Amino acid sequence: MNSLFILGSLITPGIGLIFWTTVVFLLLLALLGKYAWKPILNAIKTREDGITKALASAESALNDMRELKSNNEKILADARNERDTLIKEAREAKDAIINEAKSKAQKDADRILASAREQIINEKNAAVTELKNQVATLSIEIAEKILRSELSSDEKQKALVSNLMKDVNLN
Amino acid sequence: MTSKISAYKRFSSTCFVIFALFLSLSLRSTASEPVEHSAEEMNATVGEHTEAVKEHDPNAPVDIAAVAFEHILDSHSWHLWGEDHEAVAIPLPVIIYSSTKGIQCFSSAKFEHGHAIHNGYRLVDEEIVSDDTTEAIYDFSITKNVAQLMLTAGILFLLFTSIAKAYKNTGVTSAPKGKQSFFEPLITFVRDDIAKSNIGAKSDKYVPYLLTVFFLILLNNVLGLIPIGANLTGNIAFTLVLSVVTLIVTNVNANKHYWHHIFAPPAPKALYPILVPLEIVGIFTKPFALMIRLFANITAGHIIVISLVGLIFVFKTLWISPVAVGFALFIDVLECLVALLQAYIFTLLTALFIGSATADHNEDGVHNDEDEKVGAHH
Repeated sequence: MNSLFILGSLITPGIGLIFWTTVVFLLLLALLGKYAWKPILNAIKTREDGITKALASAESALNDMRELKSNNEKILADARNERDTLIKEAREAKDAIINEAKSKAQKDADRILASAREQIINEKNAAVTELKNQVATLSIEIAEKILRSELSSDEKQKALVSNLMKDVNLN
Repeated sequence: MTSKISAYKRFSSTCFVIFALFLSLSLRSTASEPVEHSAEEMNATVGEHTEAVKEHDPNAPVDIAAVAFEHILDSHSWHLWGEDHEAVAIPLPVIIYSSTKGIQCFSSAKFEHGHAIHNGYRLVDEEIVSDDTTEAIYDFSITKNVAQLMLTAGILFLLFTSIAKAYKNTGVTSAPKGKQSFFEPLITFVRDDIAKSNIGAKSDKYVPYLLTVFFLILLNNVLGLIPIGANLTGNIAFTLVLSVVTLIVTNVNANKHYWHHIFAPPAPKALYPILVPLEIVGIFTKPFALMIRLFANITAGHIIVISLVGLIFVFKTLWISPVAVGFALFIDVLECLVALLQAYIFTLLTALFIGSATADHNEDGVHNDEDEKVGAHH
C-alpha cells in the first residue's frame, strides 16, 4: 500500500460518510431535541426552580421566625420595663399615700391637740370663774354667818363698833 | 481574552498550513491513483494478494503501517477477528451511485474481502472501483463508521428518551435515580459550564445542539477505544460535518457586531485590504481547527496504541510484550481521558464560537470604536 495514498484517504473526507453523518446527525439532533432534551431540561429547570423557591421560602421563614423571636423578646423586655415602671410607680404612690396619711394624721393630731388645749383652757377658765363665784358666795355666806353671830347681842355689837372705831383714826 | 484568541488564531492558521500541505500530498496521490489502479494492474495485484495469502509465511515482515491504517480507516465490513479467509466479519450493505448504472445496493460479502469482483466492481484498499474507467462512482455504503454512527444515534435516542420518561414518571420533586443521576450532572455541566458560561443569557437555544454533539462524540470516542469499535470520531468526514454544522449555527445566529468586526475591524482603514480577508478566513479557520483537533487527537491515539502493540511483531520476540502492553495500557488509559476531554473541548469551543458571535457589544469593542473615531478626527 502506498503510504501517501493511505495518508490521502485518511484526510480526504469520504462523500458517503459525509452524507450519512449529516442525515443521522440532523435526525438525531431533531429527535433528541424534541423527545429528550426538551423534557429533560424542562424537568431539571422545574426542579431547580422548585429548590430555589423552597430555599428562598425556608430562608424567609427563618427570617420571619427570627423577627418573631426578636419581637417576642422586645415584647418581653417591654413588659419587664412596664412591670418595673408599675412597681416603681406603685412604690412611689404608696410612699406618697403613707406620707400624706402621716402628714394628715400629724395635722389632725395637732389640730385635736390644739382644740383640746383650748378646751382645757376654756374649762379651766370656767372652773376658775365658777370657783371664784362659789368662793364669793361662800365668803358672803361666811360673812353673813359671822355677821349674824357678831351682831347677835348688844355687847357684841358695841364691842365690834368699838373695835372698828379703834382702827379708825380720826384725823 | 484577546491574547488567548490571537494565540488560538495563530494555532488554527498553523493547522491550516499543515492541512493544506497534507491536502496537496493527498491530491497528488489521488492524481496518480488512476495510473496505479488501472484494470490490468488491479487484476495482477489481487492475484498476487491471493497467492501471498495461500503461501502465508509466518516469518514475513508485518507491515505495521498498513495494519494501523486498516484499523483507523473506514471499512465496508465490520471486522471482528481473524485474518483473511478465517476472518470473522459482519458484511455491511454497499450502496453506490454510478453515473452509468444509477443506484445499486448489495452486500459487501459479495466482494469476499476484496478477493472477488461483483457486477463489475471490486474493492481495492476499502475503495470501490469500477472496471469501467468512464464510470464515476459515488460510494454511499453503510460502512463500519456509518453503522456505528447509526448504532450510537440509536443508543443515544433510546437512552435519553428513557431518561426523559424517568423525569416524567417520577416527577421533578423526587431525587434522580439510576441513569438519570449519572447523566444529570453531565447534562447540567454542558448547560451551565459550557453553554451558559460561554454564550450567556441566550444559551438555552443552543443547549440541545451542544448536548447532542457532546454525547455523540463522547460515545463514539469511547467505542473507538474498544478494539472492534469503529474509529468514527477519528474520521475527518465525521468531524467535518460537525464543524460545518457549528460553522452554520455560529454564522446564522451571529449578530451585527460580529459582522461589523469582520467587515469593519477596529483598525485604520488603510489596513482593511489585509484585515478583512484575514477576518473572513478566520470565520472558516475556527471550525476548521475544530475538525482537525478531534480527528487528529483520536486518530493519533489509535495509531500510538496499534504501533505499540505492533512492536511485538516488529521485534518478533515475546520479551518486548511487557513493554509494549505496558505502554499500550498507559496510552489506552490516557485515551479514556482524551475521549472525554475531546468531547468536552469540541463542545466548549463550539459554545465559545457561538458566544463570541452572539455576544452583545463588549466594552473592548466600544473602546476601540472610540479610538477609531479619535484617529479619524486627527
